[in-house]
Amino acid sequence: MLELTNLSFQVHDEGRDKGILRGVTLTIPDREMVVVTGPNGGGKSTLARLIAGIETPTGGSIRFNGADITAASVTDRARMGIAFAFQQPVRFKGLRVLDLLRIAAGKRLDVSAACEYLSAVGLCAKDYIDREVNGSLSGGELKRIEIATVLARGAKLSIFDEPEAGIDLWSFQNLIQVFENLRRNIRDSAIMIISHQERILAVADRIIVIQDGAVLRQGPKDEILPTLIGTAAAVRACRQADQGGAQ
Amino acid sequence: MKQLDEIQLRLLREVADLHEVPEGAYNIRANGDSAGRASTSNIEIVPKQKVSGIDIHIKPGTKNESVHIPVVLTQSGLKETVYNDFYVGRNADVVIVAGCGIDNCGNQDAQHDGIHRFFLEPGAHVKYVEKHYGSGDGRGRRILNPVTEVHLEENSSMEMEMVQIKGVDDTERTTRAELKAGAKLAVRERLMTHEKQRAISVYTVSLNGAGSSADVVSRSVARDDSYQKFDSRILGNAPCQGHTECDSIIMDRGRILAVPGLEANDVDAALVHEAAIGKIAGEQLMKLMTLGLTEAEAEEQIINGFLK
Ligand SMILES: Nc1ncnc2c1ncn2[C@@H]1O[C@H](COP(=O)(O)OP(=O)(O)O)[C@@H](O)[C@H]1O
Ligand SMILES: [Mg+2]
Repeated sequence: MLELTNLSFQVHDEGRDKGILRGVTLTIPDREMVVVTGPNGGGKSTLARLIAGIETPTGGSIRFNGADITAASVTDRARMGIAFAFQQPVRFKGLRVLDLLRIAAGKRLDVSAACEYLSAVGLCAKDYIDREVNGSLSGGELKRIEIATVLARGAKLSIFDEPEAGIDLWSFQNLIQVFENLRRNIRDSAIMIISHQERILAVADRIIVIQDGAVLRQGPKDEILPTLIGTAAAVRACRQADQGGAQ
Repeated sequence: MKQLDEIQLRLLREVADLHEVPEGAYNIRANGDSAGRASTSNIEIVPKQKVSGIDIHIKPGTKNESVHIPVVLTQSGLKETVYNDFYVGRNADVVIVAGCGIDNCGNQDAQHDGIHRFFLEPGAHVKYVEKHYGSGDGRGRRILNPVTEVHLEENSSMEMEMVQIKGVDDTERTTRAELKAGAKLAVRERLMTHEKQRAISVYTVSLNGAGSSADVVSRSVARDDSYQKFDSRILGNAPCQGHTECDSIIMDRGRILAVPGLEANDVDAALVHEAAIGKIAGEQLMKLMTLGLTEAEAEEQIINGFLK
């Protein structure tokens, strides 16, 4: 379970203080899949980076499974069970997809186990397992590898930042299945997905809307989703996906 | 083969991946003497008369054979210059594994300067692997100054893999190549320097024949107070293609000077250079840390991958 209390993140930009996050309080209990949505620039990625420890909050606290982790390092948080799929995946010259999956799994994953994670995100595993995670991969391929590494971690809290970005319509169906499976096998873990996609919002237990650095609304999916349909927060590309031929 | 001690055997494993006497032709040099030599029916190794070194004659058409010529030095104060000449016959296709390991626990410098010349006849292909390695905690330095000359006749080709990851205090590598029509040269250099080490690498590649090509790529890491210079010059004297690239990571107080040089003397010469030097990207460290590695472990993974 993740508990954020009055979490703030202020930066000094162009000679003045700017509140990127302004007192966010929310809880993501175990066995829940929460989708965070809201307009671009609202502070969603910043929230994820604060939870993973990449940025340090200027106020408030973060508790994870009962422990105060506000000052814990990125490595310690990862080892406590927080996994994070970046919005913009990172490229590495010389590291192969298999290497990255092995680092993520924290053990010497055998090739067939590694391939299962790639297949789950719709990549033909044997074509990718030995590829370098470098500029030769397309944005969509990198994005799916990024998601596969988080699956390989089997974490207590998995955070995905706009997993749909850069993924083509054919693979989108596949991505929905990834999250449906995660939801089904959630057990004592929790999942946070940052997304604008109606189809991903539809998998959520709960939806949190973040706007201008604060929680605008939060509640069960059935309550929040109807308020979002047709607004800028929910993009209906899934409709196109269906028409685009994904079965 | 002459009995080698434990340290010499360890050096042999480091530089030539040798765990026993190699198959095929070989010449093992230890502390200035031959510690073992074998020729095959296609590859003849003959010691030189006037200077130290060997001539290696590879018969035309020789395929799937290898030559190992490792050098190990464990005697502080020993300085040697060795001349090795390779004559590779028409259409032969062989692997040559060289390499030098120095263990210096004394207080005097130990130095090996290997002068290698390669003469490839038309259509010949050589894959050349050279590893340099140093160990030992004496105050004496471990010095290697290899000079390599490559002469490529029509349509011959050479791939060179040069690796120096650890323990060599001072190195000045000079490589000169001349290519005739249709010949190809590919160089992959991987280098890591530590402490106060200094590594200088100078390439001069002359593309003299129509359709010749060269690809000279260096990946390197300079740590601590070390210094590297990568000076790679390609001369296009005919319709040809040349590419040189230096991709480097600096850490601590490491310094790198990259001097890519191109000279086009023919209007159909197409020459490209790329050079990039920088520290490890923060987001790469961060990504691996979110996967549970410490910063030091993340650094190690990134560097190992980069130099692989
Ligand atoms: N370290 C920072 N310094 C200055 N501005 C920042 C910093 N981090 C984020 N921002 C700004 O904060 C706003 C929210 O960014 P972000 O969290 O990426 O929003 P979202 O993911 O909801 O689109 C953006 O305007 C962004 O430019
Ligand atoms: Mg974002």
